[in-house]
Amino acid sequence: MAREKAKRGKVSMYRNKRQMELNSVEVWDGNFANSHALRQASVDVVSAYPITPSTGTVEGYAAHNANGYVDGEMIMTESEHAAMSGCIGASAAGARAATATSSQGLALMVETLYQASGMRLPIVLCMINRALAAPLNVNGDHSDMYLANQSGWISIDACTPEESYDLVLCAFRIGEHLDVRLPVIVNQDGFLTSHKAQNVRPLSDDQAYDFVGDYKEVNSMLNFDKPVTHGVQTESDWHFEHKAKQNAAMMASPKVIEEVFEEYAKISGRKYNMIETYKTEDADIIIVCLGTTYQTAQVAADKMREEGVKAGVLMPRVFRPTQLDMLAEKLKGAKAVVCMDRSAPGGQTGLLYQDVAAALFNTSARPLLSNIVYGLGGRDINIENLKSIYTHAKAEVDAGKLDGAIQRFVGVRGPELKYYSVEG
Amino acid sequence: MAQHKDFVNNLYKGKEHFENSIFDMGWDEIVQGAAVFSFEGEIDHTVVNVHPEDRNVAETNSQNKYVGDWRVIKPVWNVDICIDCQNCWLFCPDSSIVSRDKEMVGIDYDHCKGCGICVEVCPTNPKSLIMFDEHIKNEDALTQWPEKKQKEEK
Repeated sequence: MAREKAKRGKVSMYRNKRQMELNSVEVWDGNFANSHALRQASVDVVSAYPITPSTGTVEGYAAHNANGYVDGEMIMTESEHAAMSGCIGASAAGARAATATSSQGLALMVETLYQASGMRLPIVLCMINRALAAPLNVNGDHSDMYLANQSGWISIDACTPEESYDLVLCAFRIGEHLDVRLPVIVNQDGFLTSHKAQNVRPLSDDQAYDFVGDYKEVNSMLNFDKPVTHGVQTESDWHFEHKAKQNAAMMASPKVIEEVFEEYAKISGRKYNMIETYKTEDADIIIVCLGTTYQTAQVAADKMREEGVKAGVLMPRVFRPTQLDMLAEKLKGAKAVVCMDRSAPGGQTGLLYQDVAAALFNTSARPLLSNIVYGLGGRDINIENLKSIYTHAKAEVDAGKLDGAIQRFVGVRGPELKYYSVEG
Repeated sequence: MAQHKDFVNNLYKGKEHFENSIFDMGWDEIVQGAAVFSFEGEIDHTVVNVHPEDRNVAETNSQNKYVGDWRVIKPVWNVDICIDCQNCWLFCPDSSIVSRDKEMVGIDYDHCKGCGICVEVCPTNPKSLIMFDEHIKNEDALTQWPEKKQKEEK
């Protein structure tokens, strides 16, 4: 049977036979929302290894599998490296493949991340962001998201379980689009999103599968009429061309991403954007951040506005590929832009700061640009913290210069930490 | 570009030139994901009945790749002693023993890596395949062939 399917070159033309009745509003945590998105996309192969806090995604999917709602295969592997390798093998064979991981798991996967993107395999990785050891820490920060920064994966960020559910469904459409054919990471904050049950308004199984569509295979190994080798050696004669082609697909992906978001808005009523903004149009001070901080910062911005400070928030929904022109467009009117990076910087400025600086440098806009390192290892960041960051930026705007340095650590105990001093 | 072509021609010794060679293609023309195909166009199961040299292989097929320079010692075949037992053909890990209708034809020096397994498994006395240094010409090697080993009296 499988051979017959393979012969026709349509390995995954069938949606899961058994449907699940869902309520119009479900209460799911981020992991369980992911597991339903994977189930509804009728993934052929989920190859995974458990790691906190992403275990719930695969655990939930395994439950759907055990209860007969999944026709695809589940492979329990011996490591994350093997988990991604399983996805790569399945995807190269012509299957829709997905997995989930966090932190050290992602770190172990890094070698295979580059294989997946280089081989142009549209795998979907549900990443639950968690700090990288040492010291060992299971809580959320963005160091794993930043580790996949240059891996050639499209990286999308979700703040809530519902967003993660939506974006995982969109990720299949984006990655599998014939103009893209790249793997996609859908990020969400460890514990803050992954373990906090919130309202999710899911699509019906049919609606979701119709949106995602049948898997379109390209050069699949199970097409016996056209034998193909994947993962070849190229050396100096071809490597550059292949990497250029891969990057060209990455740079062309925003058009597809916007189309998919547009189409998803039509069926779900929820519109996602390449760059999400909150009250940035007239804002003097804009915080740029990722993940759940985007939501907290919106509350803080409202409170600042009550105090007469024109505050706004910006989140790159699509973290990679970077949208320099859109970033510049949204930020050019601000007097101060505070880039908040939730990852140990490793002797440099944070990636958001680098993106924003790159976006603005070739424009005439010259806001005061500062970098804040915060929330490492899940250190809480609350409304008051964010208000004080706005207040600090307001004082800098009033003084017309940065408070002595570009980079500041916020929320860490001990003497103040500031780097990259600037005059005036 | 001319320099590049020389490099390519060296890789593809003695093989016919492919039109629209992959080595001339820009990034926009090559197959995404560096996937390479074994054959030009599609095939069906009857391809197993076609001799390797008659198959419509793609430029990227390893058959078109010269790897003979990996070798430091080479097997030399002595047609006068060979009994066509096909042991070498069976054991060669690189399909470099060419045989037709169960008769040995020769050695594919474009792909032989000089591992010596064919010599190990050759059952004749003296052996009809013997390893020689790469720089020794085959006709010279044949003049240095050892005598049949006599059994000792017991």
